[in-house]
Amino acid sequence: MEKRNLKKVDIIFDISECDYLAVLDKTILRDPDEVILDIIDSGLKGRGGAGFPTGLKWKFTKNEDSEIKYVICNADEGEPGTFKDREILDRVPEKVFTGMAICGFCIGAKEGYIYLRGEYNFLLEELKMKIDLFNKQIREKGLEFTIGIRSGSGAYICGEESALFESMEGYRGEPRNKPPYPTVAGYNWKPTVINNVETLVYVSMICRLGPDKFKELGTKDSRGSKVFSVSGDTPSAGIFELELGMPLNEFVEEFGDGDTKAVQVGGASGHCVPRKQFNETIIGFEGIPTGGSMMIFNSSRSMYNVLHDYLEFFTEESCGQCTPCRVGCQQLLKGIEAVKKGERKPAYLEELKKLALTMKVAAKCGLGQSVANPFNSIIDNFREEIIY
Amino acid sequence: MSHIKIQLKEAQVNQLKEVCRSFDNDPGELINVLHKAQGIFGYLPAEVQEVVARELQLPVAKVYGVVTFYSFFTMQPKGLHPISICMGTACYVRGAEKVLDEFRRILNINVGESTADGKFSISCLRCVGACGLAPVVTIGEKVYGRVSPDGVKDILREYEF
Ligand SMILES: Cc1cc2nc3c(=O)[nH]c(=O)nc-3n(C[C@H](O)[C@H](O)[C@H](O)COP(=O)(O)O)c2cc1C
Ligand code: SF4
Repeated sequence: MEKRNLKKVDIIFDISECDYLAVLDKTILRDPDEVILDIIDSGLKGRGGAGFPTGLKWKFTKNEDSEIKYVICNADEGEPGTFKDREILDRVPEKVFTGMAICGFCIGAKEGYIYLRGEYNFLLEELKMKIDLFNKQIREKGLEFTIGIRSGSGAYICGEESALFESMEGYRGEPRNKPPYPTVAGYNWKPTVINNVETLVYVSMICRLGPDKFKELGTKDSRGSKVFSVSGDTPSAGIFELELGMPLNEFVEEFGDGDTKAVQVGGASGHCVPRKQFNETIIGFEGIPTGGSMMIFNSSRSMYNVLHDYLEFFTEESCGQCTPCRVGCQQLLKGIEAVKKGERKPAYLEELKKLALTMKVAAKCGLGQSVANPFNSIIDNFREEIIY
Repeated sequence: MSHIKIQLKEAQVNQLKEVCRSFDNDPGELINVLHKAQGIFGYLPAEVQEVVARELQLPVAKVYGVVTFYSFFTMQPKGLHPISICMGTACYVRGAEKVLDEFRRILNINVGESTADGKFSISCLRCVGACGLAPVVTIGEKVYGRVSPDGVKDILREYEF
């Protein structure tokens, strides 16, 4: 597998990249199809977790025949341990707006919305002011595109794209059946591009410097860099932009406290990697992908507590729409509690692992489907801590 | 829903109807209307939901469905100084539960309850995205980072406990 060394980079927060109006000027003179081809060529994949190729998503939406289309920036950022989108919207919001406007120009959408996590409402006033100014500036350029902002109301599931649309339409945020995909029927059941905050910033970078510049970093399957939110047992918690494709051991050397026993890559719905696998684990789409959360645990932490917390989180945040997830989360939680108390034999954990795998196939959306990631990786690697 | 009927103040009800009208009584604006309603009453008891349902011409069940879905909406009144403890993973592993226990012990209330004088209430929050400062507590708009159980008393003293 292709590997990269740990390398800190400065693209997302680079202020010299902030001449967003120049980037727009340059881009809207081009043919939208060519711009989309550039994005495809860059290899950019979504930074919100699922990692779908951004250029293709745009192409599909452009090809839909509809008067009304939408661009949505997913700023719901609910994954525990992730706080990069907040930082981006606080420090370089114009780059996000620019990415949205470019998307609108490419796919033929006139309206864009930022769906901001309710807990980030303290950013709202400032963002609204900046959006107003931006809207005015692009109107003066003759670009017919307006950005608006909507606030979430405290539900993790609303980060899932179809739940987000439901919520924006004023309903309970319950995920829809797919297909149809958002590219065909998204917000208000119209063709919609939904992208993560960070994805949109890389779009404006690619439009400024070209796809080749973007491709200089990362590996074949994971082009470019990515913003990571580092937390847990680390002397240097915070936001770091790193080249994709690094081995986890280098990450731990840089950010760990010398006593790291595990890293949870990708938040509650991600994978737990134990020390013995640090060397062989690559952070990227070919290895373990992540929406950006890197939570470091040292040997003083109980992995039972960690897993228990994740399961409480999923039980709380499951929208309750489908049985495998609603009941499954509760049973997994009760199950590990029973094993811990000795009411169940340790072998019961195997049954629970099977349940988690069933949820992976039977649950309706990514929430229920990904509970098996933390569950099975923590049980497999820290079995003793769960039992005793 | 609660069994004791609450008498809403007429002025507040009129204010709420005015809010609904400002959104053209559009059922699609339900969430926005509820945010404003919670701003007026402090919480969303069944009686408030009934007014909203009537104005927007929605079944009360649908309004109730939305209120109970989103954690920002509450059917219980909050204290003057609402205390929220982040229960995200980073906070949890760094001892948020002990901090919560300390608040509960000192104020003698449980999660979701208010003190008898209405001054404090306790709730648990999803990850607030301040994981670098874990464990995190917010009181009203103010954020406290790296809170330890020993520090709880000092924090409460700021609010003349
Ligand atoms: C339970 C759940 C929560 C999600 N939360 C977020 C989120 O907070 N932010 C985000 O960008 N994507 C989130 N996603 C992924 C979105 O559904 C969607 O794939 C993403 O916004 C697409 O943008 P991208 O292609 O730029 O990554 C979530 C998915 C699931 C299943
Ligand atoms: S998997 Fe869970 S969150 Fe997703 S639709 Fe089903 S119940 Fe809702």
